[in-house]
Amino acid sequence: MSYVSKPVRKKDAMALVTGKPVFTNDLAPKDCLIVKILRSPHANAWIEEIKTGTARQVNGVVAVYTCKDVPRKRFTLAGQTYPELSPYDHYILDQRLRFVGDAVAIVAAETEEAAEKALKRIKVKYRVDEPVLDMHKAKDGKILVHPEEDWETKVPVGADNKRNLCASGVEESGDVEKILGECKYTIDRTYHTKANQQAMMETFRTYCYKDHFGRLNVVSSTQVPFHVRRILGNALDIPSSKIRVIKPRIGGGFGAKQTSVSEIYPAFVTWMTGRPSKILYSRYESQICASPRHEMEIRVRAGADENGIVRALDVYTLSNAGAYGEHSPTTVGLSGHKSIALYRHTEAYRFAYDVVYTNVQAAGAYRGYGATQGIYAVESAVNELAHMMHMDPVKLRELNMPMEGEPLPAYQDCTTAPSCTMDQCMKRAKEMMSWDEKYPYKDMGNGKVRGVGVAMAMQGSSIAGIDVGGADMKLNEDGSYTLGLGCTDMGTGCDTILSQIAADCLETSIENIVVFGVDTDISPYDSGSYASATTYTTGMAVFQACQEMRKKICALGAKMLEAEPEEVNFDGEFVFTDEIHKVSLKDIAIKGTCGNTQELQVTRTHCSPISPPPFMVGMAEVEVDKETGSVKVVDYAAVVDCGTPINPNLVRVQTEGGIVQGIGMALHEDVQYTEKGKIRNNSFMQYKIPSRLDIGDVRVEIRGSYEPSGPFGAKSIGELVINTPCPAIADAVYNATGVRVRELPITPEKVAMGILKQKLEK
Amino acid sequence: MNLSFWLNGVYRHDEVEPDTMLLDFLRDKGCYSIKCGCETSNCGLCTVLMDGKPILSCSTLALRAEGKKIVTMEGMQKEAEEFGTFLADEGAEQCGFCNPGFIMNIFAMENELEDPTEEDIKEYLAGNLCRCSGFVGQTRSILKYLQYKKTKKREEAEK
Ligand code: FES
Ligand code: FES
Repeated sequence: MSYVSKPVRKKDAMALVTGKPVFTNDLAPKDCLIVKILRSPHANAWIEEIKTGTARQVNGVVAVYTCKDVPRKRFTLAGQTYPELSPYDHYILDQRLRFVGDAVAIVAAETEEAAEKALKRIKVKYRVDEPVLDMHKAKDGKILVHPEEDWETKVPVGADNKRNLCASGVEESGDVEKILGECKYTIDRTYHTKANQQAMMETFRTYCYKDHFGRLNVVSSTQVPFHVRRILGNALDIPSSKIRVIKPRIGGGFGAKQTSVSEIYPAFVTWMTGRPSKILYSRYESQICASPRHEMEIRVRAGADENGIVRALDVYTLSNAGAYGEHSPTTVGLSGHKSIALYRHTEAYRFAYDVVYTNVQAAGAYRGYGATQGIYAVESAVNELAHMMHMDPVKLRELNMPMEGEPLPAYQDCTTAPSCTMDQCMKRAKEMMSWDEKYPYKDMGNGKVRGVGVAMAMQGSSIAGIDVGGADMKLNEDGSYTLGLGCTDMGTGCDTILSQIAADCLETSIENIVVFGVDTDISPYDSGSYASATTYTTGMAVFQACQEMRKKICALGAKMLEAEPEEVNFDGEFVFTDEIHKVSLKDIAIKGTCGNTQELQVTRTHCSPISPPPFMVGMAEVEVDKETGSVKVVDYAAVVDCGTPINPNLVRVQTEGGIVQGIGMALHEDVQYTEKGKIRNNSFMQYKIPSRLDIGDVRVEIRGSYEPSGPFGAKSIGELVINTPCPAIADAVYNATGVRVRELPITPEKVAMGILKQKLEK
Repeated sequence: MNLSFWLNGVYRHDEVEPDTMLLDFLRDKGCYSIKCGCETSNCGLCTVLMDGKPILSCSTLALRAEGKKIVTMEGMQKEAEEFGTFLADEGAEQCGFCNPGFIMNIFAMENELEDPTEEDIKEYLAGNLCRCSGFVGQTRSILKYLQYKKTKKREEAEK
């Protein structure tokens, strides 16, 4: 029996579809104190005075904390490997408030009502200062978001808090100006992407309790249990050995839960009071004080020769960190590295960036992690270039796309593509979309017009040389195996995918693999599930642990057979020297528990020095109503190269889900602010994510390559898939109407106004 | 205040505050399948059946259940498993957080619509959001499930 490349059902599927209590809030003890946060009504303010006396008197209120009660030691909430590239710019509670929604005070009470009542009774005197809300005005502006002296970066990233700079830098290769000067066709355009919420259905939530050793136990919906342990140690100023983090099932993450958004509050409450406590973020809080995608403005200059070869790319990204710097120095990098690399003939490139602090909600990690923004800009610019040259954008891609063994310019984590089937992806997508018949548009004759658009995308598979995957494999007395993991299944299915890998390596049935994760006291260290690392990195750790386990089984089996380890074989069921001389796995397992001195347990850690990119092509067919400007994606064809798809069903659903999230970003989703810095879209009423009525067909196929450095040839899929909708839809709208929208989302107003403008100009 | 109603087939009497929402009340009674995804009646995660009709328990007062038959997924485990296998075989259960509300609404749809088309299905379930699956895998599983139910029904009739 083999499981790799089979559509195996997820191991936790039946618990999920029957609604078993497996999520954080289903498991929280009933006697938890309810933790609530008083939030700043101002974008930039200083707490002059705060009175909590009457709040404390509310019946049922156990504690009220303000900035005077918390440790004065800065830390970052970013779930990253130490030393984090994100600045240490947080206190649990600070006297300075940096955005509408920033935490002012913490209340813990026996009931929700008591907590709510206490919040209302806290009296705060604010000194309200003028905020800096526009990211264009932040750098070297008069208003500083982080003027404090104890602000710190652990790693030089071109940051300077006295300039509102969270990071800055320039990377270049070759003489961009010279090559651009030689190009027959050049283009210079600026694109603007907005902040988006991950909007996972399960909002941020955590509960905590102290155990019999007085240690702080934290059960949380997180993608990064081990990082959370360190972050809480920093925030509470206690050794992280006193903290244990457990991750149950997670109701979606998409990067939001790669930042420790909710953990610090109940952790502080339980640490101080000794009582169990929990916090459940409302949807409102998950909209106004969470960890959305970075708003970016990206200027692209591109040049191509008369044959359509792209020779130079110049990308400048201005990224809006918001009030705190979680993931800000790192996300920006991907906007250049993962977009420029799509053009293999690039002789010269420049990638420059500034990441600025402003008084809006702090941004964080969101699926795609900056690549989404950069690819929207560069792919749009290349589409504009193609139109300028009167060349089919597919043709232009065919001339320039990444190829196996060919360079990936600007992508230092893998300078040439070790595995790549982008050409096959393009060919197949073209067939699926009937591109040649449909390009560029078709007038439907009823006021509606349909257009098609194309984009390529790539991502990485793990952070090269940094991300660590861990696997702990042990043989149990009954001949079953337990696979302990430190990565976090958040619905994506990694517990199952890694079990498939283990089952194949050990030649056993998948039911014979017990999978377990995550408990930082027990699980092997793992960076966590982000950066498209899990299948690729942890998968390899599982692979290696299994190989080592086989050796151990063979060694003990050989001893039982009175043979040398080199003389025996193992077929998953028996260790044998020949037909007659064999010993079963079960007998070996029992032997392992009796008079044995050789542990049948292996822990393996893996880290890849490269980050091989997965690739894809996305093609959108949109229908635009010329009267209203409304855009509907009637069909989306996508072909992905994720290396070997370990579980084709899960690859497919990940792709479908990512595309629909991308459609949301392209057409609807936009975190907007009032002139005072308040978020307008603070619920699902105003922040519209796609429903099933908003999408047409989404058709996905796989054209997998074989990645030599991945387990069974696998790369990644999770993030890649959100990157094509924005540029493909933008160009489809252009092909349908002639209107080019360079600021997302592509709303009916923008399209209708564009159409109107065209008419007036005629 | 007193509340008497049927919960998953069992008639019961409870004490309830006049402002308690059905969602909180039912979770408190151990019906943990019911999830909350918003405060604005936009997500459908909290869907339960009241006298066979789907309602949003987040915006229904517990007192409204007086004399009514409330069914949650705890009371439809077999049916959930039956449909759930189709969802799981697409890999479209994903994180599972939206599944109970979504699946309860499918059961309501089965009661209400005879032989729904794909468009009918999308229309009926429009209020059930899902951020993981992109919906298309869910639709595939529903179509396959309805087909299976039809065949099963036909076979039973033929017997
Ligand atoms: S919780 Fe969102 S509709 Fe009820
Ligand atoms: S499966 Fe995660 S929200 Fe639907």
